[in-house]
Amino acid sequence: MGWGSDPEGDVMVSIHRLLAVLLVSLPLLATSPARADDAPDPFIGLASQNFDIVANAISALAVSGHPQAAATIAAIEADNLYVDAAGDGAPLILIKQGDSYIDARTGQKASDINEDDVDSVRVNNAVRRAIEAAKGGLDLFAADADTRQKAAEKVFTSHDPAALPLLARAIAAEKDAGAKRAMQQAQAASLLAGDGGSDAERVAAVAILRLRGDVEAKSLLQSLHDQSKPVAAAIAAATSSLARIEQLWSVLQSVFYGISLGSVLLLAAAGLAITFGVMGVINMAHGEMVMLGAYTTFMVQEVIRTHAPGLFGASLFIAVPLAFLVSGIAGILIERCMIRFLYGRPLETLLASWGLSLILQQGVRSIFGSSNREVGTPEWMSGAVQWGGLVITWNRLTIIVFAVIVIAALMAVMRGTSLGLRMRAVTQNRRMAAAMGIRTPWIDALTFGLGSGVAGMAGVALSQIDNVSPNLGQGYIIDSFMVVVFGGVGNLWGTVVSAMTLGIVNKFLEPFAGAVLGKIVVLIALILFIQRKPRGMFPLKGRAVEQ
Amino acid sequence: MSRVLSSRPSVGRWLRSTALAAAALVSATAMSATAHAEDTIKVGILHSLSGTMAISETTLKDVMLMLIDQQNKKGGLLGKKLEAVVVDPASNWPLFAEKARELITVDHVAAVFGCWTSVSRKSVLPVFEETNNILFYPVQYEGEESSKNVFYTGAAPNQQAIPAVDYLMNEDHVKRWVLAGTDYVYPRTTNKILEAYLKSKGVAAEDIMVNYTPFGQSDWQSIVADIKKFGSAGKKTAVVSTINGDANVPFYKELANQGIKATDIPVVAFSVGEEELAGIDTKPLVGHLAAWNYFESVKSPANTAFIKEWHEFTKKPNRTTNDPMEAAYIGFNMWVKAVEKAGTTDQTKVIDAMIGVAVPNLTGGISTMMPNHHITKPVLIGEVKGDGQFNVVWQTPGTVVANEWSPYLEGSKDLIADWRHPLFCGNFNTVTGKCGGASK
Amino acid sequence: MSRLSTSICIGLVLVGVGLMAILNLSTAAGAPLHVPTYAISLVGKYLSYAILALAVDLVWGYGGILSLGHAAFFALGGYAMGMYLLREIGPRGVYGNALLPDFMVFLNYKALPWYWNGFNHPAFAMAMAVIVPALVALIFGYFAFRSRVSGVYLSIITQALTYALLLAFFRNDMGFGGNNGMTDFKDIFGLPLQADSTRVGLLVATAIALCLCLLVARYVVTSRFGQVLIAVRDSESRTRFLGYRPESYKLFVFVLSAIMAGIGGALYVPQVGIINPGEFSPANSIEAVIWVAVGGRGTLVGAVLGAVLVNAGKTFFTGAFPEFWLFALGFLFILVTLLLPKGVLGLLQKKTGGRV
Repeated sequence: MGWGSDPEGDVMVSIHRLLAVLLVSLPLLATSPARADDAPDPFIGLASQNFDIVANAISALAVSGHPQAAATIAAIEADNLYVDAAGDGAPLILIKQGDSYIDARTGQKASDINEDDVDSVRVNNAVRRAIEAAKGGLDLFAADADTRQKAAEKVFTSHDPAALPLLARAIAAEKDAGAKRAMQQAQAASLLAGDGGSDAERVAAVAILRLRGDVEAKSLLQSLHDQSKPVAAAIAAATSSLARIEQLWSVLQSVFYGISLGSVLLLAAAGLAITFGVMGVINMAHGEMVMLGAYTTFMVQEVIRTHAPGLFGASLFIAVPLAFLVSGIAGILIERCMIRFLYGRPLETLLASWGLSLILQQGVRSIFGSSNREVGTPEWMSGAVQWGGLVITWNRLTIIVFAVIVIAALMAVMRGTSLGLRMRAVTQNRRMAAAMGIRTPWIDALTFGLGSGVAGMAGVALSQIDNVSPNLGQGYIIDSFMVVVFGGVGNLWGTVVSAMTLGIVNKFLEPFAGAVLGKIVVLIALILFIQRKPRGMFPLKGRAVEQ
Repeated sequence: MSRVLSSRPSVGRWLRSTALAAAALVSATAMSATAHAEDTIKVGILHSLSGTMAISETTLKDVMLMLIDQQNKKGGLLGKKLEAVVVDPASNWPLFAEKARELITVDHVAAVFGCWTSVSRKSVLPVFEETNNILFYPVQYEGEESSKNVFYTGAAPNQQAIPAVDYLMNEDHVKRWVLAGTDYVYPRTTNKILEAYLKSKGVAAEDIMVNYTPFGQSDWQSIVADIKKFGSAGKKTAVVSTINGDANVPFYKELANQGIKATDIPVVAFSVGEEELAGIDTKPLVGHLAAWNYFESVKSPANTAFIKEWHEFTKKPNRTTNDPMEAAYIGFNMWVKAVEKAGTTDQTKVIDAMIGVAVPNLTGGISTMMPNHHITKPVLIGEVKGDGQFNVVWQTPGTVVANEWSPYLEGSKDLIADWRHPLFCGNFNTVTGKCGGASK
Repeated sequence: MSRLSTSICIGLVLVGVGLMAILNLSTAAGAPLHVPTYAISLVGKYLSYAILALAVDLVWGYGGILSLGHAAFFALGGYAMGMYLLREIGPRGVYGNALLPDFMVFLNYKALPWYWNGFNHPAFAMAMAVIVPALVALIFGYFAFRSRVSGVYLSIITQALTYALLLAFFRNDMGFGGNNGMTDFKDIFGLPLQADSTRVGLLVATAIALCLCLLVARYVVTSRFGQVLIAVRDSESRTRFLGYRPESYKLFVFVLSAIMAGIGGALYVPQVGIINPGEFSPANSIEAVIWVAVGGRGTLVGAVLGAVLVNAGKTFFTGAFPEFWLFALGFLFILVTLLLPKGVLGLLQKKTGGRV
């Protein structure tokens, strides 16, 4: 962007300009509205085809004090601002409202607009940055402390020395501790980025950044060169201490990533731990049960989008039981129509269920099409929270919690309910169980349905992080079998430990070996481990083992 | 399964028992015996309808069926109706070669439209050269190839990657680059070219980070965190993504969740179009970029008409269009024109007639088939919008000619392709003056 | 299993292939009895798969080892052949580099990786096509059988093995051409690969290899060794108590089977014209097991029959019903397992009163 000879990133440039204008006009803002007749029309730039001019116009508009400024900027952000250059005079700037247009300059309804002459205002990343900066600079004095803190964070990122006077004023007026700290950090960053301040002030600024203790502070300090001796020494000490802190955090971060990957594996494998682990059925269509769950989520969201958009935030809560039912019923049908004829021939079930998985994939492809389906993420699951040097994304955290709930519920069912008791009885000694009056075929069907239903619930979780496509299930089937076998067949705890181990090991290997090699190493380690302990980490003991 | 099957044989009945096996052995023979009708011109469509690539390729099959249908409504070609022969190579690369051979030698198609991945094209290439048939390949690819029998209507790297990098460098003042890709030949080659190009523009080696991930990578947590860290060094950073297909959705979801916005670290992708975005909520991705030669949002009469016909043909008013579809559209129209020019579907004559054929593209310009069997294309940079479409923020003033052999790669900088006589060579070495390698 | 069905199978394969060869070479294209070259390579492919199926049946049907990773041995054999065929191209690649294959030139390799040495000699490459799978099987099998990994555990780790190899060969840094693998071969043993006579030659070679493998397999399973092997399959612990060492028997048959799979792979590559990591995909190994199940497990001939049947069906359905062929294939697998536990051969035997 041609905003200056020094293109050091657009955020910085735009904030720089904005703050400069703000400083001049701030006192003015409070007292009287700017007189529009004298100033050049700030709207005219918005009609330009050139992004620089549009961005400049936004910065100018933000500080013009024009009564329509806020509404206009909001309209650009929402893609609702249009230009009509058909007339003779200055082009009309229009805000779209439903089917009609409002003149952005006057706020009045515009009439006689020909749709063919109307074009939307051109927006790109530079323009979007100008919008952010426009809002950010103003936000330092916003009424809400949270907004002020966020604005200060933005200034920290841009660390523009021109912001210093503004920051000083904002700090003086600040009551909220959090916002104040953020502003002081921004002030320190801005001070160090420029040449101003005495050595003592600069050393104090380094200390503030050192206290902040995150990656950004470290990379900012590292980017400083040609400092005076005491400052350079302080920076060197600070960066090395920050590097140590960062290392510590990065270990924690990897553990989080590992647990998160582990819980995805666990969810995918939990159903298999029942159908394969407890019942001994090698169900190659397990991945397709997961896929059914994901498509159920898609259907639920589709219905909500068209009939009850307000419920979108709750869509996943509705999807979880439904996915359980859909996949569970599918599982019961599969057991009744196919698997039950193949008991005692585990390897044949492998082949038949492989055929079934082909049919299910192609069936979904025929019904929903082969392209990905969009499953949205509810607002409450988006974004991340920063905790020290740890970045925790809400969707991953939700999946971890969900995995814990699913496993706890599964264990409760298996251990605490009469259904679970019967399931265990039937799988341990079918004849004896039948003699005790248990309807073994019915229990078989229910057990298989339970495992499939759990797979369906996993599908809801996976729809949040992966493609919802007919191939969804295939990507997880091998990993799921590995998890169950590594943990020890028939042992739910084993599955939990194994999923977490594989997840964490994978995430610790990744930085050194790369994603591909890391996975290969894990697979080879798994093969070697099975050689040492042929029945997994937690083998079942007793006579049932020798089938 | 434990019982050993043993029994006394009887010669008399073995004929019946082996009938099936015999039938299987000669089934291929029988298929070839089906008489091919002479009153239609057959066109082969070789796109995966199942397996991992079905996600992208099914659309191209549909668009080809639409184009053939339209041509027939206009009266066909050379007075004959066109007939589509659809087969499913099932995302299986050897099967691509087998199906290509089936289309050519059993169905006697006049030309084949197909393939998406480079490996599928490489797999069928020898078949087309051996049988002297024609393949139209509609997808952007890594270049480094020019075959007599293949017409490449997708972009070569200089028609997509280099303009995109130029845009970020000049308009967004990007100083630090992450080249992230799936570990296969297209990203590897494109990144090699980009690395050489960036270095030639004065970018230091420590300001380039290259990262490869396996196909279908679904866990992007640590890689996105690394990108974030790399981008926090104070210089404006951008990601150039050659991440393939399935891996994109989880990648973008992770970007959105870790809060990387396009205004902080823009991602420019070469394999992400309208079709891929259909599976993601694009609101958090607004502003990320893609470089293509066509976007659905381009306003031109030809495009409006094309989209309308597409919706009518598929009976789905929301179905998106994308760049490879435009490439298929251009390729098909070029073939029709070349057949009309040659007055026959004879492949040798059509191949000669193809060079110089010019047809309108969907962005309001004209694309021409060049002697290197690649076409001229405009390059468009689009930013993702909240509705899953792209907003064109920049485009080349005219069309760009493809560099089938990249000047930025050591091995190919001296090579050119020119399929006009007398040179008639796909890899002519301008230094040694020899038509390298195979004598085609 | 019976001697007669084996003879019938061998006779059928040799006569059928011989007939095809003669009809292809002696009649002109378009003649009523002409067998097109397309059919030649297609049947060649089926027969290569049949060798793989035979290998699977040997370990699964007789040794009770359900290997879900046999396609890995097939692919390793194929890669050895592919490396030879690439070296054979010599300076005729697109870059005209006499030493380096094309993919190495544009990925900027300066020298040939050491493990590519020797592959320009056909004999060395052919030896490697057998030795490498055998070695992998030996090492893998030694550890697995020694520690008595069996049943589904073994099946799963064989899947892990082929999956790990798949990922490894996908890596471009491995120097095997990454995802694209190897293709655009020109000659084999100095003969042009695109010539009809070479194709017919390859088909005949495949047919002979298949028959030899069938004879070897039959010899093994009917020998004393085979009796013990069947005993191991039916009750490993009882056999152990009788003083045999089941792991040695399993290891031998596993390695033998890997060698056969490698031969199949080496014959497969020149006929389909490409080898890439997709051949290692776990689904391929499962499919090979399915061929055996469809044909009839533990019969050897059934494996051959199954491989040819399923693949011919695939060829037919992918062309005739491109949108629905997966349904057909899926139902076929389900129906065969539910209704024909002994496979198609079992059905034939029932129909013929158990005589074949």
